[in-house]
Amino acid sequence: MINAARLCLGLANPMQLGHFSEADWDITLRQARAAGLLATLYYAALGASQLDQLPERVRAQLGAARHVADRHKGVIRWEVEAIHHVLDRIGVPMIVLKGAAYVVAGLEASQGRIFGDIDILVPHGALTDVERVLGRTGWVQEDRSTYNDRYYRQWMHEIPARRHAQRGTVLDVHHNILPLTARNKPRAQALWDAALPVSGFNDLYVLAPEDMLLHSAAHLFLNGEFEHGLRDLNDFRRLGWQFADAPQFWHSLKKRAETLDLVQTLAYAVRYANRLLDARIPEAGMPGLSPPETWLMDPILSRGLQPNHASARDLWTPAALFGLYVRGHYLRMPLHLLVPHLLYKGTLAKFNEQALHDANQEKLAQFRAFLGK
Amino acid sequence: MKLLQLPPAELRRQLATCGVWLRTGPFSLRVQSRIPSVAEGLAKFYGQFEVRSVHEVFADFHVAVNPPASLRHCLRPQATFSFDGIQPLKPLPRGQAFTMLEQGLNWCVSTQAHHYLILNAAVVEKNGFVAVLPALPGSGKSTLTAGLVLSGWRLLADELTLIDRKTGAIHALPRPICLENESIPLIHALNPDAFLSPPSRDTTEGPIAYMRPPKESVRRQHEPAHPGWLVFPKWVAEGEAELRPRSKQQSFQFLTQQAINYSQLGAEGFRVCTGLIEQTDCYDFQYSQLDEAVAVFDRLAASTTTSTLDHEDARAC
Repeated sequence: MINAARLCLGLANPMQLGHFSEADWDITLRQARAAGLLATLYYAALGASQLDQLPERVRAQLGAARHVADRHKGVIRWEVEAIHHVLDRIGVPMIVLKGAAYVVAGLEASQGRIFGDIDILVPHGALTDVERVLGRTGWVQEDRSTYNDRYYRQWMHEIPARRHAQRGTVLDVHHNILPLTARNKPRAQALWDAALPVSGFNDLYVLAPEDMLLHSAAHLFLNGEFEHGLRDLNDFRRLGWQFADAPQFWHSLKKRAETLDLVQTLAYAVRYANRLLDARIPEAGMPGLSPPETWLMDPILSRGLQPNHASARDLWTPAALFGLYVRGHYLRMPLHLLVPHLLYKGTLAKFNEQALHDANQEKLAQFRAFLGK
Repeated sequence: MKLLQLPPAELRRQLATCGVWLRTGPFSLRVQSRIPSVAEGLAKFYGQFEVRSVHEVFADFHVAVNPPASLRHCLRPQATFSFDGIQPLKPLPRGQAFTMLEQGLNWCVSTQAHHYLILNAAVVEKNGFVAVLPALPGSGKSTLTAGLVLSGWRLLADELTLIDRKTGAIHALPRPICLENESIPLIHALNPDAFLSPPSRDTTEGPIAYMRPPKESVRRQHEPAHPGWLVFPKWVAEGEAELRPRSKQQSFQFLTQQAINYSQLGAEGFRVCTGLIEQTDCYDFQYSQLDEAVAVFDRLAASTTTSTLDHEDARAC
C-alpha cells in the first residue's frame, strides 16, 4: 500500500539508516521534508552514530535542515522570553505549551524540530488583560471577522491567533487544552496545579510530563487536521521515551488520563505510536487502555498519519482526511453548532475572510509605519 | 552522458513522462514537463550538462513545470512550477515556461541548500583570479558577467554564489545567464555569435533572454575556487571604467544583505561572511562601456599571481 515505512523505520530504529539504499533515501528525504522531519532524521542518525555511513548528498540535505532547525530553537527561546516579559509585568502567569515548551524545558523532542506558532496557556479570567497588553505590544489579531471571533471566544479553548507586526511570529493564547464545547472536559485548574516552574523566570511554567504527553495526544487525535500528523506522533514517542525513565510513569500517565478525561485519546496515541513508530510503549503497564472502533480508525488513521506526499497517498486518502476533519470538529463541537459551522466554512467564509485579510494587511502596514519600519 | 547526446524525441518523451535526471553544479535534478518549450530550452542551454538514465534513483530536487490543472488554463495558458508537489511560486504565462523553470530552480537552491552560504552574486575566474560580483538589480552585474564570459572568463555563477560553510570555497553553479532589457542588444553587439534565447516579451519587467554557459565552464563546474576579489559593479551612462578600493566594513554590511539565507544561518552566516571578507580585496567598479570593463578585468587577471597584486591602491580596511 501507501508507504512511509522507510521513514518510520529510520525514526524508530535509526541504526538502520546506514543500510538505506539510494532509492530508499530519495523517497525518505522527500517524505521527511513533506512531514517536517528532515532535521529530526539528522539527529536520529547522529544519535545512532550513522551520519558517516550516509551518502554525502543525503548528509548535506539533512545537515542543511538541521542547521535551520537549530537556529529556529534560539528564536523560539527568545520569543518566549519576550512574551513572558510582557505578561509578567501585569502579573499573569503563563504555561508554555507544545513545541515551545520542549525548547524551554530542554527536552529531547525539541531537537531537530521546527515550530510554527508559539502556544501558551493563561488563566481564563486573565484573558481580557492579556489581549489588551498583547495588542499594545505589537501582537495583532489577524482575522477579525465576527464569525471567527465568536468561534474562538464562545466555543474554543483559545482566542484568535495573533501575529507580531514586526517579527511575524504567530502566538496562540489558550485557556484550556480543549475547547469549551468539546466532548472531553479536562479541567484547566488541574493543569495549573501540576505545572512545573521554569527556573530563572517568575511565573513561567511547563506542563507536568504526564500532562505534556496527554496534550500531545489530544492535539493530534482531537484535532481535524493531520498535516503534521506523523511529526506529532513522533513527538509523542520521543516525549514518552524521555519521561519513561521515571518510575511507574506509565501507571501515573493512565491515572492522569482518567482525571483529565483523555483515556481514549491516550489509547489511540499509544496504539499508533507502537504500530507505526515502534514506540514500544508498554500497554500492559496501562490496563484498560483500549481504543474504540479500531476496525474503522485503523484504515483511516494509517492514512491520516502519513506524510503529505504523493508517494504516501492512495485513492482512499482524501476520504480518510475528510473523515478526520469532520471527526475533529465533531469532537470539538455539538452537532447543532457543527453543521452550520461546516457550511459556513465551506461557503460564505471564503468571501468574508478574503476581504478581512486585505483590511488586516493594511492595518499591519500602518502599525509598521508607526514603528518607523 | 551529456544532455545534447539525447535525441530530441527521446528528451521530450522522458521529460513528459518520468522526467529527465540532470546534474547542475552540486545538485542533481529530476525535471518533468509536458510543455515542449521546456524541452527546447533544456536542449539549447543545458546541452553540456550531465544526464543519466531514467533509472537513476536519487535526485536532490524533484521539479516539474506544467500547465495548471484548472479550466482557467484554456483562457490564459500558464506554466506552473512545482517542487515535489508544492507550488511555491506564482505561475507565469506559458510562453515563459523555461523562465519558470529557471526561477523555480533558483527557489530550490535558495530555500534548501543551507549547507552553503548563498549570495545573490556572480562569480568569474581567469588565471586563478576569482572575482565575486555582488550587486543590486539594475547594476549591470549580469551584463558584465556575460561580457567577461564571452571574453574567455570561466563562469562559476550568475545569480547564486554557493560558499561552502566549512572551507569558504565557492562551488560553481554555471547555469544560463539571465539578461534583461538593454543588456540583450549590448551582448549581441559585443559578440554576435553569443548563444542567446530570443527575448521573451510578455513579462512585466521588460524583455528577458538567457545566454548559454560556455562549454568549458560547464566542464569545470566541479572544481571549487577560492575568492580573491569582491567587486561591486555599477553601470553608469557615461564615464571611464574605474576601480576604487572599498572599506571592508561597508563591504561586509552589503554582503550580509546580499546573502539570501543569512537569517536562516544566523551566527554561522556571520562567520562565513567574515571569512569571505578577510580573504578578499574589496572594490567598487564603475563602468559605462562593456569592452572597456572587460579590458580592466583582463589586465587584472594577467597581472595577478598567487602572491602579489599589481594595482595602485593599497588594500582598504
